[in-house]
Amino acid sequence: MSIADKVAVRLRVNGEDTAIMVPPYKTLLEVLREDLGLTGTKHGCELGECSMCGVLVDGKPFLSCLAMPLDLEGRDVMTIEGMARGRHPHPLQAAFAELGAAQCGYCTPAMLLTAKALLDREPRPSREAIKAALSGVLCRCTGYLKIFEAVELAVSRGADG
Amino acid sequence: MAEAFSVVGKPLTKPDAFGKVSGQVKFADDLSLPRMLYGRLLRSPYPHARVLHVDTSRARKLPGVLAVLTGDDLPVKFGILPVSQDEEALAREKVRYVGDPIAAVAATDEWIADEALDLIDVQFTELPHFMSIQEALAGQGEPIHGLSNVHKAVALEFGDTDAAIRAAEHVREDIVFFEGNTHLPMEQHAAVAQYAADGKLTLWTSSQTPHYVHRALGKVLDLPMSRIRVIATPNGGGFGGKSDIFAHELVAAKLAIATARPVKITLTREEVFYAHRGRHPVLMKVKTGFTRGGQITAMQFQSFLDGGGYGSYGVASTYYTGALQATTYAIPRYRFEGVRLFTNKPPCGPKRGHGTPQPRFALEIHFDKVAEELGLDPVELRRRNLPSPDSQTVNWLRITSCGLEDCINKVVEGSRFLERRTSMPLGRGLMPHSEVQLKLDRNGGVLVLCGAIDIGQGSDHILAAIVAEVLGVALDDIQLTTADTDLTPIDLGSYSSRVTFMAGNAAKAAAETVRDRLFRVVARSLHCDADELMARDHRIYRSDRPAEGLIFAQAVQLAEAESGVVTGSGSYTPPKLAGPYKGSGVGPSPAYSYSAAVVEVDCDLKTGEVKVPEVWIAHDIGRAINPMLVIGQVEGSVYIIARVQEPDGARSARHAHLPG
Repeated sequence: MSIADKVAVRLRVNGEDTAIMVPPYKTLLEVLREDLGLTGTKHGCELGECSMCGVLVDGKPFLSCLAMPLDLEGRDVMTIEGMARGRHPHPLQAAFAELGAAQCGYCTPAMLLTAKALLDREPRPSREAIKAALSGVLCRCTGYLKIFEAVELAVSRGADG
Repeated sequence: MAEAFSVVGKPLTKPDAFGKVSGQVKFADDLSLPRMLYGRLLRSPYPHARVLHVDTSRARKLPGVLAVLTGDDLPVKFGILPVSQDEEALAREKVRYVGDPIAAVAATDEWIADEALDLIDVQFTELPHFMSIQEALAGQGEPIHGLSNVHKAVALEFGDTDAAIRAAEHVREDIVFFEGNTHLPMEQHAAVAQYAADGKLTLWTSSQTPHYVHRALGKVLDLPMSRIRVIATPNGGGFGGKSDIFAHELVAAKLAIATARPVKITLTREEVFYAHRGRHPVLMKVKTGFTRGGQITAMQFQSFLDGGGYGSYGVASTYYTGALQATTYAIPRYRFEGVRLFTNKPPCGPKRGHGTPQPRFALEIHFDKVAEELGLDPVELRRRNLPSPDSQTVNWLRITSCGLEDCINKVVEGSRFLERRTSMPLGRGLMPHSEVQLKLDRNGGVLVLCGAIDIGQGSDHILAAIVAEVLGVALDDIQLTTADTDLTPIDLGSYSSRVTFMAGNAAKAAAETVRDRLFRVVARSLHCDADELMARDHRIYRSDRPAEGLIFAQAVQLAEAESGVVTGSGSYTPPKLAGPYKGSGVGPSPAYSYSAAVVEVDCDLKTGEVKVPEVWIAHDIGRAINPMLVIGQVEGSVYIIARVQEPDGARSARHAHLPG
């Protein structure tokens, strides 16, 4: 791959302006993991079915395996690495850790970001709304109960605070 | 009075939790090394075919391709069980399932590697294939291995079952089929291999059984074990699916040696279905004799396992389908006949409760029908056949404690089963060596070295909690290094719910060894006997005069000054429990765990759609080291099996090994 085959992409990633040269056929997932070293975003089916690759684009859940960076020029991308506030974990992260909502941890980054998008939109969601929002993110370990409980714990502590 | 334990039994946050919620935990596919190449496998499009010729010349010429391997490059056969060394990393003469690997490529990126796969020309001659137990038994055409499709046949009898069944007051026979399913961990299998200039091979792999991978690499690559290091990365879900030796692990290593550059192979989700090793589909016939009062007098159990293309754990799986019938219910005479057949499908292996959920499913259906015929309620029929604590089963298995009756009582009460059961079926479930080293530092920190890998179940926490409890320190004082064949002592792996019991007992033994050494030096310093001391709250002190004692770190410093670095090791070997017959090694356990469940099922009578609104489940697990982690395991296990029982899951699973 010569430099002539690459394109310049500018993204705002976790609050920082980022400019990189990448092959135009690379997905956002690949660029995040391979070019920016943000391996917290996980590689799953790469077919848009399991949501392991979920990130937030302009605050909304987004499947990075189906997104082309060129289409996202200048937009705001948040990955799990950008979720904590400095050394303080986001209330959702703390609640997931405390309640054992992360077993193997592979779905956890996408699960947390998807939950964050929900709480940013709806600070006090019902159990049904939490289930609906997280239903696309597959987890094989937990049976989801501890995940729902962790979201509710974060809500009770004021997840937006 | 103080609580008996300070760490054990508390719902504490596990040591890897914050690494996981921050995305910092590195799974195998997250690793990247300078000059790393990407490997891909060419897989068979045919279920059963002879491989006549593999031409790699066009692929080798593609710019960016650094190595192409075929079966001739890795001719040594391997397998997880010593009796089933029937796999090749890349098939040489024959392919035995769609997805069987034939060739491999290493290239500078994955796109070039994929393009190179398309340039490999393979000439096949298709053979008749066997896609079911029935087809494999009928045996029309060339067998998949050797002279017959029968991989393993076992027959055991304990007591005269024919006579007992003839004399029984009530006899019933049922035929039950349990469909197979796959683990589908959310993390695809991945491996990164590095062959350093000093001739040392390192493999990072998402494996539940790194010590077995270590052994297979030595055998297949013909390298001394000391020149190979296997590091298991945290598993993004295992469920038994990463407890075998996989082609991509051996191929990544061989490609790294061939190119003298690091090589990563990450399977796609589709390839995970080919790797499989999931739950065997099993066809079962069960015939049981009862007294009129519902007591079992004898049982005859037959199982036919659809094994897929290779042996894998299949010999053990076969025995498991017949091993544990008599631990759940008291069966005074018992005959078991099991047959595993090769079929042209991805190989089956162990999945959550290796080989035992299938017969459990058959037996519970069978018993429900018997209860109805005898006019007993299904709970009562089970109560009349409970095994006794501290007893031996007819097939020589030693039962120690047995909490089955308590489990049944709890779920029956909790669900109000007896009042509500009129239109509700009942379900019941049964779930089924290790060394640890410690090194203490002068600040009171403890390094725990153990070969077991955390696959999400929380085994890191269990080891840390047990060591912290014995030494009277906090979880934060414990550092763990796990599953690295260079650094950690042997552990057979993270499977079959064995880590808490086996590695946990090894950790306890190691911690007690170290504690005894500390107690000896502290006792001399305090002029008392070692057995008057206790370790708690970062102190070692006299239990009758708590003010007299030393800070834990001071005790370590004293011991180190006296005789060098404070280290200790402990191991756990299960007691010799096997009965005097071939196959008796499958089934014995130092402690069985029992479980009972009531499941409420809503069925749409028009469409057959099934929903599971509520499950009541009780597990007899002994002491919970961390109740939060136990609940997480139980909830996850209910969810994973509930998916199997829904008709959509089962129907699709009939055509392919789909997630259970």
